[in-house]
Amino acid sequence: MTVESTAERKPRRTGGNQRASAKKAAPAAKKAAPAKKAAGTKKAAAGKTAPAAQPETDLVQLLTPEGKRVERPEYEQYVEDITPEELRGLYRDMLLTRRFDAEATSLQRQGELGLWASLLGQEAAQIGSGRATREDDYVFPTYREHGVAWCRGVDPTNLLGMFRGVNNGGWDPNSNNFHLYTIVIGSQALHATGYAMGVAKDGADSAVVAYFGDGASSQGDVAEAFTFSAVYNAPVVFFCQNNQWAISEPTEKQTRVPLYQRAQGYGFPGVRVDGNDVLACLAVTRWALERARRGEGPTLVEAFTYRMGAHTTSDDPTRYRHDDERQSWEAKDPIARLRAYLESEKYADEAFFAELEEESETLGKRVREVVRSMPDPDHLAIFENVYADGHALVDEERAQFAAYQASFADTGAEGEGK
Amino acid sequence: MAVEKLPLAKAINVSLRTALETDPKVLVMGEDVGKLGGVFRVTDGLQKDFGEDRVIDTPLAESGIVGTAIGLALRGYRPVVEIQFDGFVFPAYDQIVTQLAKMHARALGKIKLPVVIRIPYGGGIGAVEHHSESPEALFAHVAGLKVVSPANASDGYWMMQQAIQSDDPVIFFEPKRRYWDRAEVDTEAIPAPLHGAQVVRPGTDATLVAYGPMVKVCLEAAAAAAEEGRSLEVVDLRSMSPIDFDTVQGSVEKTRRLIVVHEAPVFLGTGAEIAARITERCFYHLEAPVLRVGGYHAPYPPARLEEEYLPGLDRVLDAVDRSLAY
Repeated sequence: MTVESTAERKPRRTGGNQRASAKKAAPAAKKAAPAKKAAGTKKAAAGKTAPAAQPETDLVQLLTPEGKRVERPEYEQYVEDITPEELRGLYRDMLLTRRFDAEATSLQRQGELGLWASLLGQEAAQIGSGRATREDDYVFPTYREHGVAWCRGVDPTNLLGMFRGVNNGGWDPNSNNFHLYTIVIGSQALHATGYAMGVAKDGADSAVVAYFGDGASSQGDVAEAFTFSAVYNAPVVFFCQNNQWAISEPTEKQTRVPLYQRAQGYGFPGVRVDGNDVLACLAVTRWALERARRGEGPTLVEAFTYRMGAHTTSDDPTRYRHDDERQSWEAKDPIARLRAYLESEKYADEAFFAELEEESETLGKRVREVVRSMPDPDHLAIFENVYADGHALVDEERAQFAAYQASFADTGAEGEGK
Repeated sequence: MAVEKLPLAKAINVSLRTALETDPKVLVMGEDVGKLGGVFRVTDGLQKDFGEDRVIDTPLAESGIVGTAIGLALRGYRPVVEIQFDGFVFPAYDQIVTQLAKMHARALGKIKLPVVIRIPYGGGIGAVEHHSESPEALFAHVAGLKVVSPANASDGYWMMQQAIQSDDPVIFFEPKRRYWDRAEVDTEAIPAPLHGAQVVRPGTDATLVAYGPMVKVCLEAAAAAAEEGRSLEVVDLRSMSPIDFDTVQGSVEKTRRLIVVHEAPVFLGTGAEIAARITERCFYHLEAPVLRVGGYHAPYPPARLEEEYLPGLDRVLDAVDRSLAY
């Protein structure tokens, strides 16, 4: 954790093919080298159905939008053992997450939630990366990581409290190693880095994942997190979901270089992965997490994906983007492509999909019921947990507030009495 | 060492050393706190004895320092971070106000954020701009933070011990121009509560409330006033959040006059809050409106003007005259 020890490691991380020289991760390591070169060339993605225009030549993809499995030798080792059951599991995760998300959107429309930030379209990025984490790893999300929360075992209804307005977070971050949603974007990248510094101090081989988006990539806190994590060689994976839009601003308003390339300037590897390919997201995140566990420091993963819906239920995307863009991304839908793969490989039959449909309806129903029956918090909750050790002013104001409330009760009683 | 006469900076240093020795989770981090020992040498010798893993020289990025300290606290550490100068804290203001202050409440009390942020503050050392400010009200205004300031070496030692033991984030303002003032420190004493004010000089004619660097000024003013036959009581507030209004009230009920003194601008400052609350609590005791002496609503001036800007003995006594004239 010293600067010296970091410096020692630096050459391995800064060279043109740094990752290649790394160690036993050589195969995985190699991949980033082409990735970097590919900034200018067009070869890496050849062979797959090159997704859309864009500078996607260096995209890591294992499953084409049509559901065809393609090889990326550097990453095969991270998914080669995957069983049909696990693949069905990923499919189930994505489908149920989407169902949950749709339910939340409906609940907002029905007035049950004040706001909802939909993850529609980003299921593969979140499930792939989320399933790559180990139980002892720690995740720092933004406010859209419903799929990651699902993978971490957070009850999805817990996510809705803050959107309904009954709390400002509301779950115990340590029970699933899933931190609270962070609304001021980018701040959590530093928390993740600090937490990872602590993991390294403890000598543990856990790793930390910081989620953020293309918009947050412009925040100073993200830049500082890159700096700190590099200097202290912290075991953190920066998982950036580039969903192309920061509310109304396209990625071009955030950056002049592909986001994953920013890592190079900080001295650690950056990789762009097809964010709509759950298998690729799983493989790349596993690779990055293993680097972290081996003490090789941070990695930036840019998951190239698309926000299919509005920024939130308060947003109107028709003011700034065209339908045809969305349509082009619909052809790359993360769930459809895994289904195509499962079907073509005969890894899943009709019964599986039918059962899942039922399960998703049950989930939707449960979410509806739980949300509708969520009680409003007690009025005195305003004063709860402001401090861990208490505070005289909070005590005084709580007492004043309670007395004020009680004064109405008295009036009411009197009124009735008369 | 039980009782020793130490300068404030050294007393804080000893306190940090004690904390590092007794709790392996305590970390010291900041710019230049390691090899250099801090620009004021408050962390002198700590890295040498506790290693780079626990006394951490950080990149020059205040938001990064506080943001990573939050992460370390979430992992179970108790970071004591140094912001090199008062005017440098604002890059970290978002992390402190938006994240650090609210996280315990957001998690419904499930997590704790035992982070101490040390800030050398205040003027009087002839520094260039951004090195002499008193931003304590900007932190005291924020629920979730506790804000304290020692005025002497003994409090420097003990309040730092207590701040580190606190499970809440504490902004620890160190009066930099008092760093070299010596006082007796008894490391085996039973310390006063962290957030309690103290009557440091009893009197009967008027109360002076101050904290940090201004306590000394008020004590000098009280000594000067005594020569003129006026008896001033001086209260060292010690904590700006929470504020021990009971002690101030007790004093004012006796003296019936109150003057609050701080370096920070008077407008919406700590004194404004004290004036409002004491007026509410002591309305029938007061013989005069609560007066405030402090900085002006202007950027902290160049060093050649700071003598005029900062409250000194004469300005405090002028306020005493005005109070007694009612």
